[in-house]
Amino acid sequence: MDIIKLTAAGIAEKIVSGELTAVQVTEAHLARIDAVDEKVHAFLHVDREGALAQARAVDEKRARGEKLGPLAGVPLALKDIFTTEGIPTTVGSKILEGWIPPYDATLTKRLKDADVVILGKTNMDEFAMGSSTENSAYGPTGNPWDLTKIPGGSGGGSSAALASYEAPLAIGTDTGGSIRQPAAVTGTVGVKPTYGAVSRYGMVAFSSSLDQGGPCARTVLDAALLHEVIAGHDPLDSTSIDAPVPPVVEAARNGSVAGMRVGVVKQFRGEGYQAGVLQRFDESVELLRELGAEIVEVDCPSFDLALAAYYLIAPSECSSNLARFDGLRYGLRTGDDGTRSAEDVTALTREAGFGPEVKRRVMLGTYALSSGYYDAYYGSAQKVRTLITRDFEKAFEQVDVLVSPTTPTTAFAIGERADDPMAMYLADLCTIPTNLAGNAAMSLPCGLAPEDGLPVGLQIIAPAMKDDRLYKVGAAVEAAFTERWGHPLLEEAPSL
Amino acid sequence: MTVTELVPYEDALASYDPVMGLEVHVELGTKTKMFCGCSTELGADANSQTCPTCLGLPGALPVVNATGVESAIRIGLALHCEIAEWCRFARKNYFYPDMPKNFQTSQYDEPIAFNGYLDVQLEDGEIFRVEIERAHMEEDTGKSTHVGGATGRIHGARHSLLDYNRAGIPLIEIVTKPIEGAGERAPEVAKAYVAELRELIKALGVSEARMEMGQMRCDVNLSLRPNGTEKFGTRSETKNVNSLRSVERAVRYEISRHAGVLNAGGKIVQETRHFHEEDGSTTAGRIKEEAEDYRYFPEPDLVPVAPAREWVEELRGTLPELPRVRRNRLREEWGISEHDMQSILNAGAVDLIEATIAAGADSAAARKWWMGELARRANEEGTALAELPISPAQVARIAALVADGSLNDKLARQVIEGVLAGEGEPDAVVEQRGLKLVSDDSALGAAVDEAIAANAAIADKIRAGKVAAAGALVGAVMKATRGQADAARVRELILEKLGVEG
Amino acid sequence: MPGITREEVAHLARLARLELQDEELDHFATQLDDIIGAVARVSEVAEQDVPPTSHPLPLTNVMRPDVVRPSLTPQAALSGAPAQEQQRFKVPQILGED
Ligand SMILES: [Mg+2]
Ligand SMILES: [Zn+2]
Repeated sequence: MDIIKLTAAGIAEKIVSGELTAVQVTEAHLARIDAVDEKVHAFLHVDREGALAQARAVDEKRARGEKLGPLAGVPLALKDIFTTEGIPTTVGSKILEGWIPPYDATLTKRLKDADVVILGKTNMDEFAMGSSTENSAYGPTGNPWDLTKIPGGSGGGSSAALASYEAPLAIGTDTGGSIRQPAAVTGTVGVKPTYGAVSRYGMVAFSSSLDQGGPCARTVLDAALLHEVIAGHDPLDSTSIDAPVPPVVEAARNGSVAGMRVGVVKQFRGEGYQAGVLQRFDESVELLRELGAEIVEVDCPSFDLALAAYYLIAPSECSSNLARFDGLRYGLRTGDDGTRSAEDVTALTREAGFGPEVKRRVMLGTYALSSGYYDAYYGSAQKVRTLITRDFEKAFEQVDVLVSPTTPTTAFAIGERADDPMAMYLADLCTIPTNLAGNAAMSLPCGLAPEDGLPVGLQIIAPAMKDDRLYKVGAAVEAAFTERWGHPLLEEAPSL
Repeated sequence: MTVTELVPYEDALASYDPVMGLEVHVELGTKTKMFCGCSTELGADANSQTCPTCLGLPGALPVVNATGVESAIRIGLALHCEIAEWCRFARKNYFYPDMPKNFQTSQYDEPIAFNGYLDVQLEDGEIFRVEIERAHMEEDTGKSTHVGGATGRIHGARHSLLDYNRAGIPLIEIVTKPIEGAGERAPEVAKAYVAELRELIKALGVSEARMEMGQMRCDVNLSLRPNGTEKFGTRSETKNVNSLRSVERAVRYEISRHAGVLNAGGKIVQETRHFHEEDGSTTAGRIKEEAEDYRYFPEPDLVPVAPAREWVEELRGTLPELPRVRRNRLREEWGISEHDMQSILNAGAVDLIEATIAAGADSAAARKWWMGELARRANEEGTALAELPISPAQVARIAALVADGSLNDKLARQVIEGVLAGEGEPDAVVEQRGLKLVSDDSALGAAVDEAIAANAAIADKIRAGKVAAAGALVGAVMKATRGQADAARVRELILEKLGVEG
Repeated sequence: MPGITREEVAHLARLARLELQDEELDHFATQLDDIIGAVARVSEVAEQDVPPTSHPLPLTNVMRPDVVRPSLTPQAALSGAPAQEQQRFKVPQILGED
């Protein structure tokens, strides 16, 4: 048995039955990390001792006859954006190099309470700003399908960890597509839950009104199991939804699209979309029809303005959220030679500590919020947000879910778009409207693009609080494709 | 920098009309901070009341303190404001080391309370209405200590030390509309407004509003316009004027200074100024190269506050009688002058006297003890009247003992001393110290006889009709009885024994 | 849409407390200009009578009771401090309001 190729659900079952111990499972994954992570660079920090201690505690719990949770003993790769008490948290930035938080994020706490084994912290674009993980201050991550290609971003470390079998589960955060786009380009599954479903307390903020943590996995069921562990009301997050978590696991176990109305958004194709991506997407729509769904074309005209609105709202919020990194209370301090003022030391620290993309967005946001420009930029972007929400509402009056390609192209080469921010931003064209409106979406593999043999993602979008629909549809699609391919898509990835 | 000639106050007023704007920050007396559960208790060790949220650690989020909102609404209602049906917090973005997030969570164009007024009573009884623009919620900053410069000043300091215990304590900022028409009484109006606001805040029980503790801080905006004109002049903003007297002095100083600048043909610079307690002057703050641009936007980590109308009405029902109304009522009940009432107010004795009367004392006695002996003791010990270890009920009991003749004033003072020294209730002090008046005529009679015998010459003068000389014999008897005799009764007995009509 | 000048970029950098290098000022002037040129499209809706959405959730009145929760220990609070003294965060001299 190859432990690292097991699903999270499979691992949990085998630990409960005694077929495997949590320590065995953890050691197998640590060994895999040792073997391949030098090439992949999915992790910024591996917490070997902590992971083994957590695993031992699970085994002891079982030995005492205590009931184990559905993911007890399953290893997980945690995006380095969530605070972990006693474990470094860098957000992929030099400005937080060496910072050891004195507190756990709510999500971290929930994972620990569920006896999930946290292997370490994964690489990411600095402060989650990017679509390639090239903006990490600690070097890029490779796409396990082709190490010269990007693994998506900002959560490229988490998606690469899954695709390289370094972990069966991972956590991502999605502000404009940072869970879904990495999932798409690595052939894995990623879910952006409804905004407010997963607590943001302890998740280092990029854009507060858009950021949302979520599950990453290799199967729809695994994502659902993780979703259930991390979602739920948190009194420490004022924007957390105080309502029961939708029945995502049940939905994932009962995949079906029979009788569902599935919308295809007119706006999500055209110039900039790779032919092979559209081909796989069209086949997916065909598959949905074969599985009993009714396909409806829907028009969401305001989506054309989504990218523009996003690149005003996210930078604006980030310019304020990142102001706290001033070199005075934690993290990097540069230029304090005993003669300089606090003001100067802060400016020098931020100059040295932030990478170019972060500076660019902080500057852009400062501009958009500054007096005289606020109404034209930030104010208008908020209006666009209303229009996009209305488009979704109208669409969901006609259909149960929407589908689209997750991202217009497959993984591009590392370095290819590094000097062209506008080209980079296009990677999130299909994912951003969901962040602006706050509803839920999933990406799952729908095949390889014929021209480059790289994974293509299918995006499923559901109304807010109907996250379970993603899993119901996702599980049905996953089952049908797996049957068609004869194996999970990842099996086709070259071995590392 | 050119030195401005100050124009004498009266001369300034002869040419110019002052317009004021007062911004008062009140620290609420909630148990916890505005956006986190850290304690607000004073006097704790540095940085011992901080958490990820109020330290601005990466990832931490705010949650609104319900009592903070409730207090803000009650203050708004007491100021006759409208209460917003729906309002939000906003971020005010600027860098400052005492502000952990480098933005202040405040309210911008959607304050919780707006459009109100506060009537203040000037010393001659005239009522002046100060219009309120808004009252909004925000958070306090940390405290910095400057090391290496002279006397802890920021200038010349080598470095600063930051304690964030105060960071995040709820503040209510109350902003007036431009105060026009106060004329020469502007300084008095400013002081009376801040004083009245402080009383109101205390009466609401939302803060102790102790200015000397920084729980209430005032910024004074002032501009002058030529008499008879409408358009406002350029204003200066004097920051952190932190006592009632200073508010009055700061307004007065700025009027003289502005007039000096304007008379010399100069222009007032819109700037912040610092007030100096030592001489009542103000000096310019650091000149900023460019205007502040706070880049306000709605705080995305918090959701809107939409106080239900039922809740607002319920809170309206909890409002106390307005301090000015209550003071006027009490003044009439007690039958005293505006001036006496003002002294009682300044001494912080209104509540104490009222409670003493409620405990059975008559109003004259209650006022006499609190404003006399007890005020003197408080003053000596440098403590607030209310903090003396004696209760209104105890004072009322002492007053009762005087009223029924068991004590005279001198003995009563000794009883007070005993109570303050922790010797127990007034009756116990009387008992233990043996302070009962000697009213037994036979015991007094013997003392009187002795005094007459020892002062035969004086006794003869009295017999001869010089009744005034009796005072000397009374003094001798009082001395012999160590003050525990009723002086009036002693006098009666002396005259009786000497066969003289009193 | 008028271009963003180097001076404007310098002003933004001061507001954002970034000690940008000379090359960066030029570089950002060009890039911000490009990006703003592209995103300025949102102002197409400026005239429309549409309420702004600042937040995806229609929540209001999320508050907590005024009950004390444990704070960090001062040691934990100061654990990340680049410099400390007397249990306080030690920072360079503040050019400020005095
Ligand atoms: Mg303020
Ligand atoms: Zn706190």
